[in-house]
Amino acid sequence: MNAFKRKKNWYSSDRVMPKVLLGFSLISILTTFAIVFILLKESITFFSSVSVYDFFTGLKWEPLFAEPKFGVVPLILGTVMITFFSSIVALPVGLGSAIYLSEYAPDRVRTIVKPILEILAGIPTIVYGFFALTFVTPILQKIIPSTEVFNALSASIVVGIMIIPMISSLSEDAMMAVPRALRNGAYAVGSTKLEVAIKVVVPAALSGIIASFVLGLSRAVGETMIVALAAGLQPRISFNPLESIETLTAYIVQVSAGDIQYGSVEYLSIYAVGITLFAITLGMNLLANYISSKFREDYGG
Amino acid sequence: MKNFELQHIQRRKRSNRIMHILFLFSTMIGIVTLGILLVQIIAKGSGWISLDFFTHFSSRFPEKSGIKAAFFGTLWLMLITAPLTFIIGVSTAIYLEEYAKNTWLSRFIQTNISNLAGVPSVVYGLLGLTIFVRLFDLGRSLISGALTMTLLVLPVIIVAARESLKAVPNHQRNASLALGANPWQTILRVVLPSAMPGILTGSILSLSRAIGETAPLIVVGAASYIAFVPNSLFSDFTAMPIQIYSWAGRPEESFGQLAAAGIIVLLIMLLGMNLIAIMLRNKYQRS
Repeated sequence: MNAFKRKKNWYSSDRVMPKVLLGFSLISILTTFAIVFILLKESITFFSSVSVYDFFTGLKWEPLFAEPKFGVVPLILGTVMITFFSSIVALPVGLGSAIYLSEYAPDRVRTIVKPILEILAGIPTIVYGFFALTFVTPILQKIIPSTEVFNALSASIVVGIMIIPMISSLSEDAMMAVPRALRNGAYAVGSTKLEVAIKVVVPAALSGIIASFVLGLSRAVGETMIVALAAGLQPRISFNPLESIETLTAYIVQVSAGDIQYGSVEYLSIYAVGITLFAITLGMNLLANYISSKFREDYGG
Repeated sequence: MKNFELQHIQRRKRSNRIMHILFLFSTMIGIVTLGILLVQIIAKGSGWISLDFFTHFSSRFPEKSGIKAAFFGTLWLMLITAPLTFIIGVSTAIYLEEYAKNTWLSRFIQTNISNLAGVPSVVYGLLGLTIFVRLFDLGRSLISGALTMTLLVLPVIIVAARESLKAVPNHQRNASLALGANPWQTILRVVLPSAMPGILTGSILSLSRAIGETAPLIVVGAASYIAFVPNSLFSDFTAMPIQIYSWAGRPEESFGQLAAAGIIVLLIMLLGMNLIAIMLRNKYQRS
């Protein structure tokens, strides 16, 4: 029998290892619970000194004043402004380049362009922030001299550029999944490429395209370093994109980078801002999932 | 054919040509921006890159400033984050691909991972600050930063590792099982070696996400002014993106150039990591 007796290591056991692996898998669940728990817990402490109503309806965010005011509306409007202007850049350009890559581009062009877009997607946001501050802002100031050094428009344009690759590649995936037969049918009745793209492919891939838009916008909402560097740290209600504003994310960075006392209301305020941010992005991500699964046009592969 | 019909066809063809150019133009926007960005940064920063730039610490005087502390800080962060993400990420992927049945638990884990991938990185900073810095009392240290980074990039490596495990053909598993190996032996000796290049590529890509992350480290409390190289897990630390952020935020032109020089070094590190990933991918595809 000895010949059949093999060396047994602890790690070759089929009984222990699945449990160990499951244990590691639970870390991601723990992470989610921990995020929700700490955001809730510290926010609840925060809301014991600032009322929830004042927080969500207050029009002034002045945490450092002698009589601090914690009205989150200016930060939310700042975030909305960045998201809005970046979507003006990113949605048409992202969709346009997805249509080009999926319907027009020859294979040779695709194999060159796609890796370049991947590089663009892999550039750290701090680099984009520097680019916004030192390249885009001076150009804007030359065109419109009243532009402030820190302004929402410059940050928005660059956030928009940052999310182009994401929207483009997700939309392209959705369009590539549209069966050839649908296109060929349209070509057979004499359609041009444009008509096939706009009237057949885009409608057929619409759920995926809209999901990619929502995901892209959710990235813009959560984007931090570009806005912290280029959009400024001025929490104010302004509808002028050439002025400095502050977003939810930039405020968290601003407070963290400074010296704040642990346990103070100001310290706790980053959690209240954090949970607002978390709720918005989670909502958008769930919406994107819902759209792409609920309205998926199934062509049976 | 009647004249107006011809005109109609010509109009449709013309709009096709115009839109073709517009679609091409939108694709070019990204590429051109990448080009401008690189040229700008190299023009600004390349003059500042010298041996001194790597051997000096940050300073009030731009000409005496260097990235030594940040460079080693980032290196340390990566050295801690890499094995942690690899072990946790690959284990999760193996569990989900090879063991998990379609139960509520495995579906729950999967939904979780895809939701975690969408959480803004600054929120991970809050998690790290509360759990690692405060609750575990690790302080504003390297290990706090590295653990936060690990959680942040886990979804990336899990997704990549699952893809490469999925790509291993089932007949290989069956052959191993038929020879009497148990499922775990099959995974360890057959499935993993075959999926390893893809897994390694995924880990490198997840690290290249970690290397550029700034916001979570600021929240966790990386200092922007450090004049020593970290010497233990519990040292205070700074990192390349933090140093770049603190230089970029200063009004003096020369600090802006220092920031650009820091960005060049960061991008070269990223490029190196991606080249390794591409080489692994090519080697894998050939064999």
